[in-house]
Amino acid sequence: MPGELIIETRDLSYVFGDQKVLDQISLKVRAGSIYGFLGPNGAGKTTTIKILLNLLKSSEQNVFLFEEELNKSRIRILSKIGSLIEQPAIYAHLSGRENLINRGRLLKLPTKRVDEILELVDLTENSGKKAGKYSLGMKQRLGIGLALLSDPPLLILDEPTNGLDPNGIIEVRHLLQKLVKEHGKTVFISSHLLSEVEKMITHVGIINRGKLLFQGTLEELHNASKSQIVLITNDLAESANLLKRSGYQADIVSDKICLPYTTLENVAAINTLLVNNKHKVYSIGQSKQNLEELFLSITQP
Amino acid sequence: MQGFLLSLQSEFYKTRNTLAFWSAILFPLVLCVLISFGFYYNSAKVIPYPAEQQWFKFSGAFLGVMGSLLIPMLVIFQTFSINNIEHKAEMWKSLFSLPIPKWSLYSAKYLYAVFLNALCITLFATFILASGHLLNYLIPEFKFNQYDISSLLFKMHLKLFLASTGILSIQFVFSLLWADFLKPMGIGFLLTVFGIITANLGWEYAYTIPYAHPMLALQNIMGQIMKRADQQRIFNLMDKEIYVSLIVAGVAFIIGYIIINRRNIK
Repeated sequence: MPGELIIETRDLSYVFGDQKVLDQISLKVRAGSIYGFLGPNGAGKTTTIKILLNLLKSSEQNVFLFEEELNKSRIRILSKIGSLIEQPAIYAHLSGRENLINRGRLLKLPTKRVDEILELVDLTENSGKKAGKYSLGMKQRLGIGLALLSDPPLLILDEPTNGLDPNGIIEVRHLLQKLVKEHGKTVFISSHLLSEVEKMITHVGIINRGKLLFQGTLEELHNASKSQIVLITNDLAESANLLKRSGYQADIVSDKICLPYTTLENVAAINTLLVNNKHKVYSIGQSKQNLEELFLSITQP
Repeated sequence: MQGFLLSLQSEFYKTRNTLAFWSAILFPLVLCVLISFGFYYNSAKVIPYPAEQQWFKFSGAFLGVMGSLLIPMLVIFQTFSINNIEHKAEMWKSLFSLPIPKWSLYSAKYLYAVFLNALCITLFATFILASGHLLNYLIPEFKFNQYDISSLLFKMHLKLFLASTGILSIQFVFSLLWADFLKPMGIGFLLTVFGIITANLGWEYAYTIPYAHPMLALQNIMGQIMKRADQQRIFNLMDKEIYVSLIVAGVAFIIGYIIINRRNIK
């Protein structure tokens, strides 16, 4: 059902020893979405995913999938999830096909399904080759194939684009978009690079140091982006210093100076200040942060 | 139950081309071939003995080393191989996120380890018997075909199998806990040597040490057969060390399950 909450955590916290790894995470993932779960390495992404799969146990009853509590309905919930956690778990001594057959037998699936999956993840040609000899991209595709084997309504993929070349990333993107559009799946995908998943996701959750800092649609993330004044002068360092001395929050970002936008009058005032102090202003304008910058500004203190 | 049977089938499927499975067959086969060669080239030394003695000399060549070192080492290797397949593929997290009860996955794996041990020990008895008859065919002066040792031989091996279940369960838990070979191997080897020494010293409480059980079982077989005045080759299948071995196996099996069930997969 579209709109149904497929994943929901209610103030989920998790502690390793005396370190708080997750701090009151309240995820809301709706049916039919591709939810990008983003954050730098060590932010708590894999821990969250392991809790969603009951590999790590939440001591409280605050994890719900398909509107059922996870500890209570573990097997029923897991039967609706296909997952890929960190590196794909593959038996290197078995061929790609044998890996799928083995999993298919465990899940009581017909062998016909194995051929369909091989076709879907584009491994039919290499299905007889030992999986240990697969390239990283092929292993990743086999991992996704294993997750898809039982045709589950929810896919949970932890960094599935990790180590893939640009072509591999595009292939994964197309595959996931096809699964959502044509097969009505819901996908929860984690990544530490926004740029790798930006083009495939519909929703985004940003986590850092165990805290969920943003959650919403991609559009809402764009709207949250603050406007900036971007200017280029003949001497960026000098100009930035002058602006700082005059009370502005000026930062040099690559080859330009960025400061928070307030009003058009303010832009004019900054221009006047620079010109009066004999700085050559090559360009001055208003700009919104791109998503990558926004992501970095959210995840960096 | 269905999850258990499917898991058991999967265990066989994924190990069928690995050393974990083939070691159970190749080990007894190669050892029988090698020792048969020895008897073939040294036949003159054995031929003068009566038929029963010839069998005892031939099977004794295996059983002596089997009771002390061979069975514990094979068990250490097999339990390691079965669990290592999952460690190597980083498969635990994947297995435990499948909609299959953990007890099914765990008990199927455990039972498969028991099956491999049983297969290996049964093949030892079978190959010893077959090799004896083959030697007799090649050198007709041997008297292997004049005495039927089969039931005695299989009963001895059954006792050795029962005596090894304690070690098997402990080693199974070790190799479940540790992904590397050195820890289960090192601890297993140390305890095996300790077991052999205590059994050989005739220490009163040696029966409490699972690693001494195969050796004690063998000593009991020999002792009971030798003690009999009626020359009958009879011994007890169930002795104190076998009961302890089975109890240890049961306890270790449950502990292993508790560990697996509670363990967070990192």
